[in-house]
Amino acid sequence: MREVDARGLSCPEPMMLTAEVLKNTTEPVKILVTEPHQKTNVEKYAKDHGRTVVSNETKDGFEITIS
Amino acid sequence: MNLSDSKKKLALAGVLSGLVAVCLAVFGNPVNMAFCIACFVRDTAGALGLHQAEVVQYARPEIIGLVLGAFIISVVTKEYRSTAGSAPMIRFVLGMILVIGSLIFLGCPLRMVIRMSAGDLNAWVALIGFILGVGTGVIALKKGFSLGRAYVIHKLNGGIFPALMLGILLLALFTSLLKASESGPGSMHAPLILSLIGGLIFGAVAQKSRMCFAGSIRDVILMKNFDLLTVIASLFVVMLIFNLASGRFVLGFNTPGIIAHSEHLWNILGMYAVGFAAVLAGGCPLRQLILAGQGSSDSAVTVLGMFAGAAVSHNFGLASSGTSLNPETGELVAGAVTSYGKIALIICIAVCFVIAFTNKREGAKS
Repeated sequence: MREVDARGLSCPEPMMLTAEVLKNTTEPVKILVTEPHQKTNVEKYAKDHGRTVVSNETKDGFEITIS
Repeated sequence: MNLSDSKKKLALAGVLSGLVAVCLAVFGNPVNMAFCIACFVRDTAGALGLHQAEVVQYARPEIIGLVLGAFIISVVTKEYRSTAGSAPMIRFVLGMILVIGSLIFLGCPLRMVIRMSAGDLNAWVALIGFILGVGTGVIALKKGFSLGRAYVIHKLNGGIFPALMLGILLLALFTSLLKASESGPGSMHAPLILSLIGGLIFGAVAQKSRMCFAGSIRDVILMKNFDLLTVIASLFVVMLIFNLASGRFVLGFNTPGIIAHSEHLWNILGMYAVGFAAVLAGGCPLRQLILAGQGSSDSAVTVLGMFAGAAVSHNFGLASSGTSLNPETGELVAGAVTSYGKIALIICIAVCFVIAFTNKREGAKS
């Protein structure tokens, strides 16, 4: 599974990286972010583009699996 | 509780924030200012003695409330994250630029919207510059701009900035150490408790809604996403209704007494610098205060840069003057941008370009 490590990056970089990877693949991808609002934004973006999302909290942020 | 997952909630957040601004305007904040981050940081810097402009010195409880409101709500809703390490000195400089540009125009993006809602056409002109500045920042982002990663650090670090704000509040409440203007904009303010409560509510709402003036336009240009713009539009509508209903709506360029000037090029360039710097810093002046409240030491450094920018603006005569009426002759005295202000602003814009096109994300093409 492709993984995008967006931890610690300022907005809108996590969204831009997510958009880029989703544009290039329909395979499941894993996005790592630090802030709760970045998790919300990435989840919303993926859902708006017809993908399903499962998120888990990690010790330093969130792991969002988009399939 | 999440105010950012639907347009209706975002609109509600904008309405709530607008109502706070309306209350503050009614109860004594300067006409057509109500709530301005750059102006209030400048006033607070003056209260601390960082500059000696006697008419703009007052520890604005709104600024303290914003940070503490964001801190409290982020702790309660488990969104507090203590982070640091993303290019702090560049962020300090961007903070300086945010306020220097704002004080050339005479208002931050929040006040620009409030001025627009009161019919001040200078603010509409400045909006052009703000959109162009945000657009330039978006070009940099598309070319791979990044200030690098912040890292999770010990949770106490993120609480230091809110604690400093609390310290200023205690000094204001229990000592006479802070300077306070006896005339001019710094002397016009709502009662302290009301301003503090207004700041706390605004801070909490802004934290939950992710309110950001630069982000709203950035997301439209970059992602065709209108979510954040919904908050700003709602705030504008509430202020517009208030201004129309209370007879404060005056359409024109040279309106005396509203702390604004009509030097169009410099209004445009001032807000161009603010829009550009805000995108590079990851948020407008309001957003920086909110992020500092929810644990970001990088944003706290940006806010310290804003304080330094305010001090420099008044110590070195960079800030513009507003159009006013001569009390003796009744003549209109046009507000103006100073020569030093113009030079400083050109330097600020040049610095933004250097920062924008020399800091790249890992793996981005140079």
